[in-house]
Amino acid sequence: MEALLALPIIRSLLPQGRKEIHLGDRFFYLSLKTFAVVIICSLVALVYLLWSIAAPAFANYGFHFFTVSTWNPVTEKFGTLAFIYGTVVSSVLALILAAPISIAVALFLNEVAHRHIGTLLGFMVEMLAAIPSVVYGIWGVFWLAPWMRSVVQPFLKGNFGWLPLFDGPPYGVGMLTAGIIMAIMITPTISSISREVFRTIPSTIREGALALGATKWEMLKLAILDSSRSGIFGACVLGLGRAFGETMAVTMVIGNRPQISASLFAPAQTMASIIANEYAEASSDMHRSALAAVGLSLFLVSLLINGGARLILWRSERAFRSRV
Amino acid sequence: MIWDLQRFDRRRRWKNRLAIFSLTALTAVAVLPFVSILGYVIQRGYPVLSWQFFTSLPKPVGEEGGGIANALLGSIEMVALASLIGIPLGTLAGTYLSEFGRGKVATTLRFTCDLLVSVPSIIVGLFAYTLIVVPMHGFSGYAGAFALLMIQVPMVTRTTEEILKLVPQHLREAGLALGIPRWKVIIRIVLRGSVSGLTTGVMLALARIMGETAPLLFTAFNNRFWAEGFNQPTASLPVLIYTYAISPYDDWHAQAWAAALVLVLFVLILNISTRIIIGRRPEGRH
Amino acid sequence: MSELLKAEEVSASFSGHQVLKKVSLSVRPHDVVALIGPSGCGKSTFLRCLNRLHEEVPGATVSGRVVLEDEDIYANGVDPVKIRRKIGMVFQKPNPFPALSIYDNVAAGIKLAGIRRRSVLDEAVETSLRQAALWDEVKDKLRAPGTSLSGGQQQRLCIARTLTVRPPVILMDEPTSALDPISTAKIEELIVQLKSAVTVVIVTHNMQQAARISDNTGFFLMGELIEFGPTRSIFTKPREKKTEEYITGRFG
Repeated sequence: MEALLALPIIRSLLPQGRKEIHLGDRFFYLSLKTFAVVIICSLVALVYLLWSIAAPAFANYGFHFFTVSTWNPVTEKFGTLAFIYGTVVSSVLALILAAPISIAVALFLNEVAHRHIGTLLGFMVEMLAAIPSVVYGIWGVFWLAPWMRSVVQPFLKGNFGWLPLFDGPPYGVGMLTAGIIMAIMITPTISSISREVFRTIPSTIREGALALGATKWEMLKLAILDSSRSGIFGACVLGLGRAFGETMAVTMVIGNRPQISASLFAPAQTMASIIANEYAEASSDMHRSALAAVGLSLFLVSLLINGGARLILWRSERAFRSRV
Repeated sequence: MIWDLQRFDRRRRWKNRLAIFSLTALTAVAVLPFVSILGYVIQRGYPVLSWQFFTSLPKPVGEEGGGIANALLGSIEMVALASLIGIPLGTLAGTYLSEFGRGKVATTLRFTCDLLVSVPSIIVGLFAYTLIVVPMHGFSGYAGAFALLMIQVPMVTRTTEEILKLVPQHLREAGLALGIPRWKVIIRIVLRGSVSGLTTGVMLALARIMGETAPLLFTAFNNRFWAEGFNQPTASLPVLIYTYAISPYDDWHAQAWAAALVLVLFVLILNISTRIIIGRRPEGRH
Repeated sequence: MSELLKAEEVSASFSGHQVLKKVSLSVRPHDVVALIGPSGCGKSTFLRCLNRLHEEVPGATVSGRVVLEDEDIYANGVDPVKIRRKIGMVFQKPNPFPALSIYDNVAAGIKLAGIRRRSVLDEAVETSLRQAALWDEVKDKLRAPGTSLSGGQQQRLCIARTLTVRPPVILMDEPTSALDPISTAKIEELIVQLKSAVTVVIVTHNMQQAARISDNTGFFLMGELIEFGPTRSIFTKPREKKTEEYITGRFG
């Protein structure tokens, strides 16, 4: 037994800094560590396997995979530009719509609302995050899209139709509808992180603003919004990351037409929705490979955005602690 | 130097009122979709609920009637299978993070979990497809359960870690000082004392994976009949909602709403229960 | 005007729990009034009732009158925002706005009121910083963040910020309890200097501080004002037994 300890690999597996190690402890520790390693390995396997099915597509199409917009399973010409466009535009649109509303919600719930109303409304906003994406989808198909087609889009077209943004027939489904539904879905994310950020501001700063003769809104701007800029930014980036990965609700209301159009009324396609639509019945290995390549790209982008958001939030929290 | 501090008082008061009103209005706007979705799901789904709805299989295409029995069972089965592995695995990994949480393995695990939690769930589906559907030459409940497992485990791991970290250090030290071996301290004192918190973490993960659709689309796929075992394509509630909703049949639309009602109720009840267990959440006001 | 600020039977509660019972006292112009007493006796709460900050806490209630320059600040229809411009406050822990520079911190009060002209702001900032005995230390780094200063400097920054709005009364809630002795001494010196321009009501835990800088002192105990009078009499021949016990260190 002691000879085993001489092997550095065994030593490194043992808990550090313990002189007397109970046998049960050692076994327990090793089993737990094994499970931890299993989970880490599953991520490695995920990336590896994804890469291995996607690789043929990258090899075949090269960089053009991202710059060409034709996507044709029949002739096996795969270009993802339309999906990239769809993903980026719908997510950015969602963020533009959601950010002001989410920040307003965070301010309202934390600073303005009376206790019980605040709890109730806060609960409802958080439940927005719990509703499954497919339920958003069915609501989108049967309520939101028809409403867009009969009320909102004609209104926009009537008043702003000269803008290329609102060009084209009002289908109901399309980029705008997808953006709206995603905005609803990412609102709880942005708002709950913003609320956390707002909570870290000590009440003495709020009181300092009030003591100077600030109105409530001026106090909110001076004491809270100004001090939370990077935190709010991080929350928004995290919301963007969530929007990027959104699949079912988007698939059901975006119209599923891989095209690039300046109009928000136009149907489109996102990276997630093309996989959802075509993978199960993919016609060939290259088709599957191309879809997996889309998936890998989505994975990497999602990683970057979420990682970036976390970095921003972590740094803003640190900076705040040192300042206050 | 004299200046007039009162000059803009009225304007400032108006701006204040307008701002507070806007905050209230925007919050109402944010909450409306919840009310709308809940309302529609109840209004369209409730009339379709019946004993027959829950216990019969789907009818052939075009025929009226039928139910969601296989989808309901399929969802329950896959979630149960995933949880059989996922709950212990996640809890133990979370215990590892909280009790032995220094070092490279722990940091990497945290990073891994954060990553897996934020990855689009359809990617997890691709992983399960390659790992299980391909070698098995077909869609299966195993693949579906595996995909759900991959989503569940990182969630349970992280919440377990957070909950266990709340246990004060002196409780552990008291146990150790009494000569109790560390593993017993962890199981008997730390874990057992956190059961309610750990349960809420598990419940939240259950609510999430019950509603996941994308990863099932090409793992468990779909089945209009009972799945004769886990190695067959399996119907599930979310996939049923999706398929029926985008179909051209009104009857299927109605059933989709009813299935959505079931799902929403399930998720809401779980979420409300976790709130009751954990008690009042800390308020924002000071 | 013999009384600048007068409190008449001010009572206050937090969610039904009463913390101040019918406190009455008056403050003459250019006085420094110290409020002393053991922790939790209500002196800070009383201070906050003077600039209507107490009612901002959910569930907090106030009754009684506070008369500033012959006007009851609690009368119906009075806007607390306007009152707070006339009664400034310096807090226990220095609280400069974290996102603002030194300059912007000092100017914050008058910027809120709509003053925009650069020359006016520049002059106001310099005047306040000089009054707060901070100008020489920061004049070359006005753009630096307010939080980059030391604790004592930050507190003087907060005092400057309050001074900019030119309130006739400044309330100070244990302004030196979080500071080192040297900064404390500087601020005490500052308070005495400011007497010619403003009237100060200061809550302090430190009896020696009260004895050093104040003209009148009020002793609080369990939400009541036990005794109020010239500082010298309070400390040498107090009328109430409780006051004497506190002064001599019997409790608190």
